[in-house]
Amino acid sequence: MKNIVNVRRNRFLETSLAGGLILAFSLSQTGPSQRFGSSIPSGSESTPADFLRIGPDGTVTMIINKSEMGQGVYTSLPMLIAEELECDWKQIRVEPAPVAAVYNNPLTGMQMTGGSMSVRTEWERLRTVGAAAREMLLEAAADIWGVPKARCHADNGMVFHDSGRKLSYGELAEKAAGMPVPLKVPLKDPSAFTIIGKPVARLDAKTKVDGTAVFGLDVKTPGMLTAVIERPPFFGGTVKSLDAARALAVPGVAEVVKTDSGVAVIAEGFWAAMKGRDVLDIAWDEGPHTEISTNTIRQHYATLAQNAGKVARDKGNFGTALVSAAHRLTASYEVPYLAHANMEPLNCAIDLKDDRCDIWVGTQAQTLHRAAAAAVVGLRPEQVFLHTTYLGGGFGRRGNPHSDFVVMAAEVARAIKKPVKVVWTREDDMSGGYYRPFWYSRFSAGIDKSGDLTAWHQRLVGQSIMTGTAYARRLIKDGVDATSVDGAADIAYEIPNLLVDLHSPVVGVPVQWWRSVGHSQNGFMIESFMDEIAHATRRDPYQFRRALLKDHPRHLGVLDLAAQKAGWGSPLPSGRARGIAMCESYGSFVSEVAEVSVSPDGKVMVHRVVCAVDCGRTVNPSTINAQMEGSIAFGLSAALHEAITLEDGRVRQSNFDTYPVLRMDEMPLIEVYIVESKEDPGGVGEPGVPPIAPAVANAIFSATGRRIRRLPIGTVV
Amino acid sequence: MISLKVNGKMYEVDALPDTPLLWVLRDDLGLMGTKYGCGIGRCGSCTVHMDGQAVRSCAIPVASAAGKDIVTIEGLSAGGLHPVQKAWVEEDVPQCGYCQSGQIMAAAALLAANPRPDDADIDRAMSGIICRCGTYQRIRRAIHRAAAMRQG
Ligand code: FES
Ligand code: FES
Repeated sequence: MKNIVNVRRNRFLETSLAGGLILAFSLSQTGPSQRFGSSIPSGSESTPADFLRIGPDGTVTMIINKSEMGQGVYTSLPMLIAEELECDWKQIRVEPAPVAAVYNNPLTGMQMTGGSMSVRTEWERLRTVGAAAREMLLEAAADIWGVPKARCHADNGMVFHDSGRKLSYGELAEKAAGMPVPLKVPLKDPSAFTIIGKPVARLDAKTKVDGTAVFGLDVKTPGMLTAVIERPPFFGGTVKSLDAARALAVPGVAEVVKTDSGVAVIAEGFWAAMKGRDVLDIAWDEGPHTEISTNTIRQHYATLAQNAGKVARDKGNFGTALVSAAHRLTASYEVPYLAHANMEPLNCAIDLKDDRCDIWVGTQAQTLHRAAAAAVVGLRPEQVFLHTTYLGGGFGRRGNPHSDFVVMAAEVARAIKKPVKVVWTREDDMSGGYYRPFWYSRFSAGIDKSGDLTAWHQRLVGQSIMTGTAYARRLIKDGVDATSVDGAADIAYEIPNLLVDLHSPVVGVPVQWWRSVGHSQNGFMIESFMDEIAHATRRDPYQFRRALLKDHPRHLGVLDLAAQKAGWGSPLPSGRARGIAMCESYGSFVSEVAEVSVSPDGKVMVHRVVCAVDCGRTVNPSTINAQMEGSIAFGLSAALHEAITLEDGRVRQSNFDTYPVLRMDEMPLIEVYIVESKEDPGGVGEPGVPPIAPAVANAIFSATGRRIRRLPIGTVV
Repeated sequence: MISLKVNGKMYEVDALPDTPLLWVLRDDLGLMGTKYGCGIGRCGSCTVHMDGQAVRSCAIPVASAAGKDIVTIEGLSAGGLHPVQKAWVEEDVPQCGYCQSGQIMAAAALLAANPRPDDADIDRAMSGIICRCGTYQRIRRAIHRAAAMRQG
């Protein structure tokens, strides 16, 4: 299983896979749960763990421990089980897993969805679950018939005997549950796969086109109230005094309570709560962050970048190499704070009783969020039952490492002891912090007489997102947050003298991961500066990259495929130009070529994007295509339009009028090509994001000679 | 009391007249398929049909919806079998799915008015509805597919 982590630094490996395989499932509603080889810590976590249930009617319920936020895990993970189980695909139902240690991501030791890890971490475990269950079903049939198991085989939800006798999985389920769990099951050779690697339609498509899919915002239990929270106008502010009289007079408003996060107005519905919130009379203690402005951050970072930071990578001797270089190139790049702007604003429904708490929430971080809620309401984690709903977009935001949206709901529940759903307005969501950090980088490169790149220096300045989180111990070493230098410290290009250093200033703007994390800024900056060097040395940007990747077949593979499919070098209609970029992230390799036009009055239009991806062995090509399309749209939206800015401590954007995002009329034609590979699966939810901004920026340079060194590009250059 | 006709059914609703139709649908009628995304008419997640037109239910006070024929995603078809819904499944459009009720309602209204839309028509009708998951390309394909389906 160790090959699963082809993340270069193997940073999550520390939690060790040595505990072996965890397999826990029962084969009927009532059947006993069985475990073997379990590395579950004994004690506190005691929920019976199930991955699979086969009902007497033959329905196969798969309990999925990853949150469905659009990336297709409610289809791709069942495919892993089904490949070995030999069940009838039409009989599969998906159920979100409760919170239990057995559902933890083995690499992080927590139940969570992120880091493009779902298929990578479940690849062996879920196939083994399917295979073991199949063996038990075979065993049960053989036992009933009094024949050797070797004479039986499983296919499409039935067990057959050589004689032609057959029994359905439904008929066998109860007996199979009593069969011993096999200690060792051989897994199919990939050449025998019939499901994995084939495009499979999403199992959740129907419920998402008829309006029945339940997102967190759609949860309503009997008597459940709705709350909105008025929060301080500045990060770090607090309530000084409150007069709730007018709010309480609004029809439908039930209560107004002061919590650690602000003032909650609880009402019979959203609109009454909003009307109440509108007339709250609050005096704020503004806190220490009333002076923050994007402009001062920019200046501060540029100043910091004049001095050496913490070294994240030092290879060869950059200083000497730069001095002896024939040509030198420097440039500074900058990207803004970004909101995730999930289509479904944040929310959390909660019902607190004396000795039990139920939470319904679209979360990417079950273990963390349950523990955080438990701490607020004064219960033990196992007294808190967290029900994962569909997520109206995740992009990292719903995995907030400080559990902000769950804690806020728990505070309200603690105060009112009634079932309540805390709803964030779009404005609350967008101005509420936890952004992709603002980043500044200063680059220097040395080029020798023959035009080869001999020295490379990137100095990064930006907030650490892991500081103060449960991941800090593992991911911050010697003052370097590994995610800050994603794709930078481990740059794939062969450069003999390489220096990467980092400043991690503390700024009072809450930050967290945003789809593709550090790669989201480093992909843009590095691939743009690489392009600058290529042009400065009068090389073709594609060939220039190729020359630096000689011993990197997978990087070359995607670069070549994207260039070839895009017709790199072939003539384009006038006014159009191409740009290329390539990034490796989360065990996958993606190259994108953007075809862009810039009109005489400077209007930028991205017409076509060709994407080549090598994500190892493919599970569901249909999902991979969708994730690449979606990642390109998401990254392009940010590249063209998105920025959160601050002035005098206030966030200036609040909704889609001030924070424009990509719409249908700007969607380029996207073509996705998947490299065939026998390598273990890589991630697909994020790796499509990093290359798009530099591909577009590089195309704009080719079209206009104007180098984009600051995002967003805007619609006019 | 305000009389509303939603999905062919009559309701008497006790709501403040300025309550956006969106919240009456969701909080009073329990029709959760219509989504909240921005509340200011900028995202289209809340799109429903009013007398056959695609409208933003977050921007319509319930009082002005009285007496109108309102259709939500729940009432678009029996069993999710509207050609647009079928095309959506066949093109595997949804990702997170949150925006899709609005996308589907807008597409259904477009096709009712213009049975054979071209890409420019689609851009015009659909650019008001944001999808953060970036399903636009598949939406475009699905609309063409639904158009073909309707023409048999
Ligand atoms: S919620 Fe109505 S347009 Fe966004
Ligand atoms: S499918 Fe997620 S916002 Fe459109």
